[in-house]
Amino acid sequence: MLIILILYLVLAFALFLIPAKLSKFKPLLIAFFHLCLFGFFMTHLPDVAAGKSIDIHQQWIPQLGLNFELRLDGLSMVFALLITFIGFLIFIYALTYMKSYTGTTKFYFYLTLFSGAMLGLVLSADFIQLFMFWELTSVLSFLLISYFNENEQARKAAFQSLFVTGFGGLCLFAAIILIGSIVDSYSLSEWLENAHLIKEDRRYLPALVLVLIGIFTKSAQFPFHFWLLGAMQAPTPVSAFLHSATMVKAGVFLLARLYPILGGTPEWTQVVSLFGALTMLTGSYLAITQIDIKLILAYTTISALGVLVLLLGMDTQQSVKAAMVFLFVHAFYKSALFMLAGYITKETGTRSIDKIGGLIKTSPIGFVIAMIALFSMAGLPPMLGFIGKELIYEAKFDSPWMSTALLIIGVTSNIFMVTIAFLFLFEVFLGQANEGQKKSDSSYKFLLFSPGILALLSLGFGLFPDWLTQLVGPALNIIRMDDVQIKLKLWHGLNQVFFLSLFTVMVGVLLFIHIYKHKQVIRVWQRVNNRIFSINFTKVFSSGLDKFIAFSSKNTQLIQHGYSRFYIITIIVFTSILLIFQLYITRGWEIESTFTLQPFYISGLVLIIMLSVLMSVLSTHRLFTIIAMAVTGYGISLIYLYYSAVDLAITQIIIETLMVVMFVLVLRRLPKFAKLSNRRTKMRDAFIALGFGLIMTFLALKAINVDFNPSISDYFVDNSALKAYGKNVVNVILVDFRALDTLGEITVLTIAALGVYTLLNVKKTKK
Amino acid sequence: MEILLSALTGLLYAGGVYLILRRSILKFIIGIIFMSNATNLLVFLSAGIVPGQPAFVGDAPSDTELMADPLPQALVLTAIVIGFGIAVFTLALKYKFFKATSTDDLDQLTNTDA
Repeated sequence: MLIILILYLVLAFALFLIPAKLSKFKPLLIAFFHLCLFGFFMTHLPDVAAGKSIDIHQQWIPQLGLNFELRLDGLSMVFALLITFIGFLIFIYALTYMKSYTGTTKFYFYLTLFSGAMLGLVLSADFIQLFMFWELTSVLSFLLISYFNENEQARKAAFQSLFVTGFGGLCLFAAIILIGSIVDSYSLSEWLENAHLIKEDRRYLPALVLVLIGIFTKSAQFPFHFWLLGAMQAPTPVSAFLHSATMVKAGVFLLARLYPILGGTPEWTQVVSLFGALTMLTGSYLAITQIDIKLILAYTTISALGVLVLLLGMDTQQSVKAAMVFLFVHAFYKSALFMLAGYITKETGTRSIDKIGGLIKTSPIGFVIAMIALFSMAGLPPMLGFIGKELIYEAKFDSPWMSTALLIIGVTSNIFMVTIAFLFLFEVFLGQANEGQKKSDSSYKFLLFSPGILALLSLGFGLFPDWLTQLVGPALNIIRMDDVQIKLKLWHGLNQVFFLSLFTVMVGVLLFIHIYKHKQVIRVWQRVNNRIFSINFTKVFSSGLDKFIAFSSKNTQLIQHGYSRFYIITIIVFTSILLIFQLYITRGWEIESTFTLQPFYISGLVLIIMLSVLMSVLSTHRLFTIIAMAVTGYGISLIYLYYSAVDLAITQIIIETLMVVMFVLVLRRLPKFAKLSNRRTKMRDAFIALGFGLIMTFLALKAINVDFNPSISDYFVDNSALKAYGKNVVNVILVDFRALDTLGEITVLTIAALGVYTLLNVKKTKK
Repeated sequence: MEILLSALTGLLYAGGVYLILRRSILKFIIGIIFMSNATNLLVFLSAGIVPGQPAFVGDAPSDTELMADPLPQALVLTAIVIGFGIAVFTLALKYKFFKATSTDDLDQLTNTDA
C-alpha cells in the first residue's frame, strides 16, 4: 500500500514529462491507474469482510515515536473504494470537460496529488501522519479552487477555504497532541486500546472540542459551511470530486475513526448531533431559493454532510448503519449531479436555473440520469436513496436523545430535498427552452458517461441492496467495535417509517407544485430569506480579516516607526536594564579598587580627556567638536602608552591623525551644525546617555576583576620567542599566531576603502 | 587609578550615546567613534592595568608574571583599525548623502532613492 502512495507521487510528476501531443492521454492514464487501484482494493474485500485488516508499519522518526502506519480495514476500505472509483470516473469526465482550457497538466497534477493524499488520509493508522495528509488535502483544495486564478472571486474563495480549513487543521493538530499526551502515542491501535483512559482524562473535553472544530471546518458544518459555497468557483470535476464525494467527507471519516475512541459520551452525542441537525436543516432550507445550479447542489451537499454528522453523533447502531449507507447514497447521486451540472453549463453556457429549460429535447439521456440521481436524492423508491432515508428515519425513531425533535427536523429537511429534486428536474429539463440558450453541441455528450454509471449504481444498489451489505458491514464493525450482522432491504413493509416517507414525499411534491405554479412565491421567499439571513458569512469573514490586518499594521507602525534614534534609545535602555540586572545577580555593588589620584600626570590626562569629551559633545562649532574628538583620541593613546601597550598607542596615534585629516577634508564641504533638537529632547537624551555611562562605569570596574583564561595568554608569551622568533608578543599574535584574523581585518579595511573610493568617484547618474 | 579610568570609559559611552541620538549625521558619526574608543578602553581595562611592563620577551626567560597581558592588546589593536574603517566609510557615505540631498538631518532620510 505504501507503493500505491509513492506511485501517486511519481505519476503526478510524470504528467509533466508526457509530451504535449499525447496530453489527451494524461487523464486516461490516471483514470486507468484509479481503476487498477479499485481492482486492487476489491481483491482485498473478502479478507476485510472477514474482519481482518492489512497493516503496514514503517519506522519514520523513531526518536520522536513517529511511525508511518497504514491500515486497510472495513472503514478505510469503504472510503478507499469510493475514492478510487469516483476518481476513475472524474478523470474520464475531466478529459472532455477540461479540453478547452489551458494549463490542464497542472490541473491533473493537483488532482492526482489530491487523490493520493485523500487515499493516504483514509489509510493512515497514525494520527500525526493522518494530520499531514489532512493538511495536504486542504492545500490542494486551495490550489484547485483557485485554478481559474485570473478570476478574483476564485482567488478570494480559495483563500477563504484555505483559511477556514487551515484553522480547523491547526485545532485538529492541537487535539491530536493533547490525546497523544494522554496515551503517549499517536498510533491508532494504541488509542483504541486506551479509549477508556482518554475518556476519563480531564484533557478529554478540550481535545474533543478541538477535534470537532477540525471536523466541522473540513466537512463544512454550520457555521463554517460558507467556504464550501465559495469552493464552487473551482472547475466542475473538482466540485464533483473534492467538494461532494471525498474531501468534505474527510471530516466524516475522522468522526467515524474517532467514534470508538472519543464517542459514546453525552458531550459527544449532544454537540455532534446538535451541529449536524442544524447544518442539515440550514443546508436544505437555503438550497430551495438558490438560482445557480452549482450552488443548489452545494447547499444540498452541506445538508447531506449535516445528516452524516448527525447520524454519527446519535450514537446508536441504527444511526451508524444509516450513516454508512447514506455515505454511498450521497457519493453516488451528488457526484452524478455535479457532473451533470457541468454538462448542462457546457451545453447552455449558463449556470442560472432561470435561463435553462427544456433540455429533455436535446438530451434525453441527461434527463434520465438526472431523474435517477434526483430521485435518489429525494429518497424515492426504488433508488438507493430510498433505503438510506428509511434507515435514517428508523435511526431517528430509535434515538435515545431528542427523538421527536430530530424526527421533525429530519422530515422538514427531507421535504425540502424532495421539493428541490423536483424543482431541479422540471426547471432544467422540462418546460420551454429559453431564447438565449446555446444550441446543443454534441461534442459534450461524452460528459454523460461518468454520471450515467453513478446513476446506474444508485439504481442497482437500490434494487439489490445486498451488494452493499458486505461493504457496510465490516465498516460498521470497525466503528462500533463489535460484530454486527446487518441486512438491507428495499421494502420494509407498512410500518411507521414508511408512512413517514410517504408523508415527506407528499408534502414535498405539494410544495413543489405550489412553487412551480406561482413563480413569484420563490422570489418573495428569496427576499424574506435575504432579510432574515442578512448576515452574510463570507462578508463577515472577509471584513473580520480586513480589520485584523488593519489592527496588525497599526501595531507594527507602533514598533517599526522608522526613526533610528528611537530604535537606538530602545536598544540602549534595554541594554542598561539587562546590565543592571546581570550586575545585580552576579556581582555586588561594592567596589574593590581604592580611589587614588596617583600618578598625578595620568589623573591630569584623564581630566583633560574628560573635558574634551564634554567639549566635543556640547560645542556648536564643527571644528571645535572635531579638535576635541582628536584630543580625546590622542589622550587615550597616551593612557595606552603608560599602561604597557606600546603598539596600541602607536596605532591609535596614526589612526587619530588620519581621522582628523579625513574629517577636516570632508568638513569643508559640509554645512554648519543646524540646531535640530529642542531643549526637552536634549534633556531626555542626556539623561539616557548619562545613565548608560554610569552603568558602563560600573561594568568597567567589575570587569577588572574578570580573569581571562590565562593559559591562552601564557601560551603566547611562552612561545612567542621560541616558535615565532619574535620578542614583541602583541605583534607576534597579530602577524603570526592569529595571522588569518589579521588577513580578515585587512580585507575588511580594503573593502571599506573600495567602498569609500566608489562612493566618492561615482558620477552623478542621469535623472 | 582604575576608578578614574572606568569613569572615563563611562563618560566616553555617555558622550557617544548622546551624540548618536542627535539628528545631525556628522554628530552621529562622531558618536560612533566615541563609542568605539570607549569599548576599546573597556576591553583594555578588563585585563588589569600594569604600568611600564610591555609584553616583550627576551632570549632569556624573564619574569612574565608581572608583564602586561598581550591578548587584550591584540584584540584592541584589531578593533581600533576596524573602527577606523567604519568611521571613514560612514563619513564617505555621509558626504555622498549630503551631496545628493543637501541636508544633514537624519529625519530627511526617507527615500531609498536620491
